[in-house]
Amino acid sequence: MSAEPVASAPGQPDGQSEGQSDFPGVQLHIVTGKGGTGKTTVAAALALALAARDKTVLLCEVEGRQGIAQLFDVPPLPYEERLIARGDTARSGDVYALSIDAESALLEYLAMYYRLGRAGKALDRFGVVEFATTIAPGVRDVLLTGKVYEAAKRNRRNKGARQYDAIVLDSPPTGRIAAFLNVNSELAGLAKVGPIKAQADTVTKLLRSSRTAIHLVTVLEEMPVQETGDGVAELRRAGLPVGGVVVNMVRPQDLDAEEREQLLLNTVDRGELVASLDKVGIPAEDALVAALLEEGRHHAERRRLEDSQRAVIDALDVPSYELPLLPGGVDMGGLYELAEALTEEGLA
Amino acid sequence: MNAPANPRATTHQSSRASARVGPLVATHDPALVLDVDTLLDDRDRGIIVCCGSGGVGKTTTSASLALRAAERGRKVVVLTIDPARRLAQSMGIAELGNVPTTVSGLSAEGKARGGSLDAMMLDMKRTFDEVVQSQASPEKARQILKNPFYIAVSSSFAGTQEYMAMEKLGQLDKDARLSGRWDLIVVDTPPSRSALDFLDAPERLSSFLDGRFMKLLVAPARGPARLMTAGLGMVTNAITRIIGAQVLQDMKAFVAAFDTLFGGFRQRAQRTFELLQDPRTAFLVIAAPEPDALREAAYFVERLRQDQMPLAGLVVNRVSTIPAGDLSANAAMTGLEKLRASGEDHGLAAGLLRLHADHKVVVEREKRLTKRFATSHPDVPTAVLPALSTDVHDLDGLRRIGALLGAQVNRPDDRNSDHHGDHHGTPEQPADP
Repeated sequence: MSAEPVASAPGQPDGQSEGQSDFPGVQLHIVTGKGGTGKTTVAAALALALAARDKTVLLCEVEGRQGIAQLFDVPPLPYEERLIARGDTARSGDVYALSIDAESALLEYLAMYYRLGRAGKALDRFGVVEFATTIAPGVRDVLLTGKVYEAAKRNRRNKGARQYDAIVLDSPPTGRIAAFLNVNSELAGLAKVGPIKAQADTVTKLLRSSRTAIHLVTVLEEMPVQETGDGVAELRRAGLPVGGVVVNMVRPQDLDAEEREQLLLNTVDRGELVASLDKVGIPAEDALVAALLEEGRHHAERRRLEDSQRAVIDALDVPSYELPLLPGGVDMGGLYELAEALTEEGLA
Repeated sequence: MNAPANPRATTHQSSRASARVGPLVATHDPALVLDVDTLLDDRDRGIIVCCGSGGVGKTTTSASLALRAAERGRKVVVLTIDPARRLAQSMGIAELGNVPTTVSGLSAEGKARGGSLDAMMLDMKRTFDEVVQSQASPEKARQILKNPFYIAVSSSFAGTQEYMAMEKLGQLDKDARLSGRWDLIVVDTPPSRSALDFLDAPERLSSFLDGRFMKLLVAPARGPARLMTAGLGMVTNAITRIIGAQVLQDMKAFVAAFDTLFGGFRQRAQRTFELLQDPRTAFLVIAAPEPDALREAAYFVERLRQDQMPLAGLVVNRVSTIPAGDLSANAAMTGLEKLRASGEDHGLAAGLLRLHADHKVVVEREKRLTKRFATSHPDVPTAVLPALSTDVHDLDGLRRIGALLGAQVNRPDDRNSDHHGDHHGTPEQPADP
């Protein structure tokens, strides 16, 4: 809705289906957001929207929450790429999902690069896997982002693996995103040389490139918006490419400014309201009229707060996209609706 | 952070996979109501721990409870983890100090009753440093504090914040008992991926520090470890290849310096666990009327039972209240369509009917979700907080929430429309890390 075309978006427009994507050259979409803002929902909707543009998409999560499985109503995802949505037209692609955990990523990495079959097991027995994935600072994040990198840039080491046109990462929340993606600086002062450092450097190159976009999900409330602003600034400082701000759960815009003003000032023409209700056969009892006006007033108050927060978001100078609140909660149907909105607005 | 490879996390996972505990058939008793004021006034309760998943309003709820308890005459200290900037400023704790500071602005009535309120924000690195300093000789402490590996662990290890929150709770409790400065400690818990993390973190960190791998690093050629030397050679070789020799050196130095502290850490973790099991402690699980948050709350309730930790109840935040008038969502939508079909301008009426329909749907969904929780956990007393139409960032806001929490008993079925909210209007939420 308030999305503006991004002049600075890299790459060539692909000119497919409904309008153009604002991020045509982007292969890796990273979706972050404050807890409770719906970042998993947005990541899933974005994956569907990209697949609808005939792309083969991988949707990943890294926090072991199994949010994707819950959203798509499938059994918990293993460390294995699973098909979770298939387009039904010739011009649409598929969505695969993967839950990345650091332990599996480490063992896979060792097997792929060091052929450490037996030693890998020994590492586990000596508690080294636990050490590397839970306590050695930064190593865990290198492993998680490293797996995302591997999926994005498949090479001959991973024989016969699927090639993806796009990867959507449901990433850690806004407060941790810069540290999570800035794998190099987390390792700094610890590993100055060695393969893990080399790995971090390679991953960093992709994360900082124009093939990556980091999207921040928020709702129009004070704290999440403030955190979004902090997140954008932090990502920019770290040289990481900010994509768009996705404003989730936006209230319906049925009442215009004048009507909201009347509700707030309590100057609504009750007679007119009662007449309208009567006309369509709704008995306009006092209790009902009072309830409707109360709901309207509350809505107007909330909208006023939303508008002030929207102004804060506009000032961030980042393209923004709005998704409606789904009163019945997010089910598969709702997810498709959100995917459609993201396509129309150009995030996908 | 979830880590199936380590023992505690495996327990935590398996506890999720374990059999459900609760009634096997639904009963029709009305859900129990959480009597917040009785809990706050109970002098035998010295600790209230607020836990729940991220984004449900834990910080605001703990601050509101602390203020209410203080104004009812308790001497309170509240430990917050990551409060919103403006809320922290209004409580005078915007700066990390790692010591409680007095919150001014307590009501005169509260002061007259002998109440006081101190607040602090957790500084996890400093808390860790202080533990080291209290456990080691000055020289050894200096060595540890400047070790790069220690610096990294104490400032960025995923479980450190949880561990240090519990460590700080232990310190405050000890301080309270010695000085009599406080008779109630309210603790906010870190916004972890999982609400259970803070229960597992102390054990996880101490079991690691005390673990086999660390011991092998220090003394590879001693005792039974020698038998594993061949395997160990392969392991250190692999580590060196992957993370580099320097890191291994730093780790060895760290472990050598930390060696004597290991037992201490394990003991402290054990003491914290016992403190949480103590009947003086009360857990409040905070949730929002959303499937994820309530699922997390259910896991938590079951886990607390399993670990014999005293659960006081559930607080469901930002609940949409039921509007008066019984027009159904369908009837409103039908009316709306007729209005639109008429071709005349009924802007306001149409807009209000649409809002009403949406609102009814939200209320029904939330009711279904909370009812489902109540059905499977009928013995958990519950408090419901309506969504507010403005954000909370000062003592007045906290006081308002406190009053709503206190007004749960005799809660009318059809809640008062003064605080009537819609879908996700929220008092304000704690920040995620």
